[in-house]
Amino acid sequence: MNRSSESSLGIVETRQVVLFDEDDPLVVESGASLAPVTVAYETYGELNADRSNAVYICHALTGDANAAGFHEGAKRPGWWDNLIGPGKPVDTDRYFVVCSNLLGGCQGTTGPSSINPATGEAYGLDFPLFTMSDLVAVHRRLIAYLGIERLFAVVGGSLGGMQGLQWAIDAPDEVEAVVAVCASSRLTPQNIAFSAVAREAITRDPNFHGGAYAAKDVAPTSGLAVARMMAHITYLSEESMRAKFGRRFQDSDEPRFGFDVDFEVESYLHYQGESFLKRFDANSYLYLTRVMDYFDPFDDIGAVAPRLNAMTARFLVLSFDTDWRFDTAHSREIVRVLSAHRVPVTFREIRSPYGHDSFLLEVPEYHRTVAGFLDQLASGNRVA
Amino acid sequence: MDSAQPIRPDLGITASLVPFGARVLDLGCGDGALLAHLIEMKDCLGQGVEVSSEAFHTAIARGIPVVQADIDEGLPDFTDDSFDVVVLSQTLQSVYRPSVVMREMMRVAPLGIVSFPNFAHWQVRVNLALLGKMPVTRALPHQWYDTPNIRHCTIVDFDRFVAAEGPWAIQARRYLDGSGRAVNGLVSRAPNVLAAAAVYALRR
Repeated sequence: MNRSSESSLGIVETRQVVLFDEDDPLVVESGASLAPVTVAYETYGELNADRSNAVYICHALTGDANAAGFHEGAKRPGWWDNLIGPGKPVDTDRYFVVCSNLLGGCQGTTGPSSINPATGEAYGLDFPLFTMSDLVAVHRRLIAYLGIERLFAVVGGSLGGMQGLQWAIDAPDEVEAVVAVCASSRLTPQNIAFSAVAREAITRDPNFHGGAYAAKDVAPTSGLAVARMMAHITYLSEESMRAKFGRRFQDSDEPRFGFDVDFEVESYLHYQGESFLKRFDANSYLYLTRVMDYFDPFDDIGAVAPRLNAMTARFLVLSFDTDWRFDTAHSREIVRVLSAHRVPVTFREIRSPYGHDSFLLEVPEYHRTVAGFLDQLASGNRVA
Repeated sequence: MDSAQPIRPDLGITASLVPFGARVLDLGCGDGALLAHLIEMKDCLGQGVEVSSEAFHTAIARGIPVVQADIDEGLPDFTDDSFDVVVLSQTLQSVYRPSVVMREMMRVAPLGIVSFPNFAHWQVRVNLALLGKMPVTRALPHQWYDTPNIRHCTIVDFDRFVAAEGPWAIQARRYLDGSGRAVNGLVSRAPNVLAAAAVYALRR
């Protein structure tokens, strides 16, 4: 097969659709109702005649619907363009690929920054708390809208992989394959602690106003930037930071001895924090990190066992050896529980120096493994 | 799936000891040939474990689910009795900790199938005793300096090992010649001299 990393989808665009309205609201797991729910999504490739070649891409904490291809005028392609496209591991010549912005997000799908029809103001913290299953429920409504009954695969990294796992649990016969990259079935206290500090940074910002900052036309920008900076540290490995920045100084050969940005790594984090403000909403950050904290699908294993036993999905579970955000132990726990319930699992820990971020990068063994897994399954199923 | 290819004779004998429809874990599954055969011919549910990356890719390319892991570290990814059968085919002699591996396999399934080359086969004895060199035979084709085999044992040794480590009941025993084909008759009277390899089915 010819796989050219140069090949791209070209220009793509995000569409929006109202999937739940007042007559048919989204009832989230907590029992609260939400309407309307608009979802921003993109599709690539063609749905085949028997609608058996659909691949759903679930994005991670801060992703969006633009997984691949370029928006008009954009200099950079979608966040997973190295994985998705013609001839790439998620091959758009073969599969019909769908990616949507998550419920509670801020990139075109209804979330806490959307207008609450009851008040005419942004929801803020009046937005209902929701769970991984609620994210999946909205995805499932989108595929129904697109005329898809069964997915060839759900593919995601980090929070995206967790949605894949939840999808296979919630609808065991709707998914043929799940690719879960550096995911987790239960955050550790350390994982939750990092998210907790990020949320504290946001909620302690004087511009937070109990989440109702939009009405005052301000935003907890310094809190959100600090949250992003800290989270970003956990996405990189010590090794990759050392290689990327060393102890070099920014714009200088010598230390300036002060508290301003001096080291290159500081400048980098500042940039990450500042650029994040342009695209992300602080309340979305609170809600989506909380979805991960509470995610614990195997907690009541007796209750979930019948669903695990009924799963038709084959799993590909991948981790990276330098990922300390969700290290290999997280992936192996998923493998252990699935395998104990007779689910066929393929698992590898892949060597990569880039930490948790590896799932977004073009690590050859990683891409080879995803391609091999999907290709074989697609050929066996005569998907394309 | 390329099941049209004839399977290696020793794998055929190993496969013959696996019950129809069983959920099988193959430790050191290599390119997945045995599991592919079991899935296709005996309607088994197959899962492999393999340490080599190249073998891993070959196995997933034929649709075998594979966990990449080193079985010398035990089988932490697999819970007690989660399989019907665990197979250790021509792998025992190349692990560092045969006791750990055997105990782990008998934890994960009630039935274990183990095949290994017999280091007391007469050709091995001739090589060592008469010619004074490390044996190179059809069942042990490697030179001493590039062999993956580090834990040689004989049929007598293995019987004692099974009695001491388990004890596990020997449910079936098959003897093979140098090309991996089943042999019987005369061989079964003096297997430790005449069999080039053996396949055991052990029950907890």
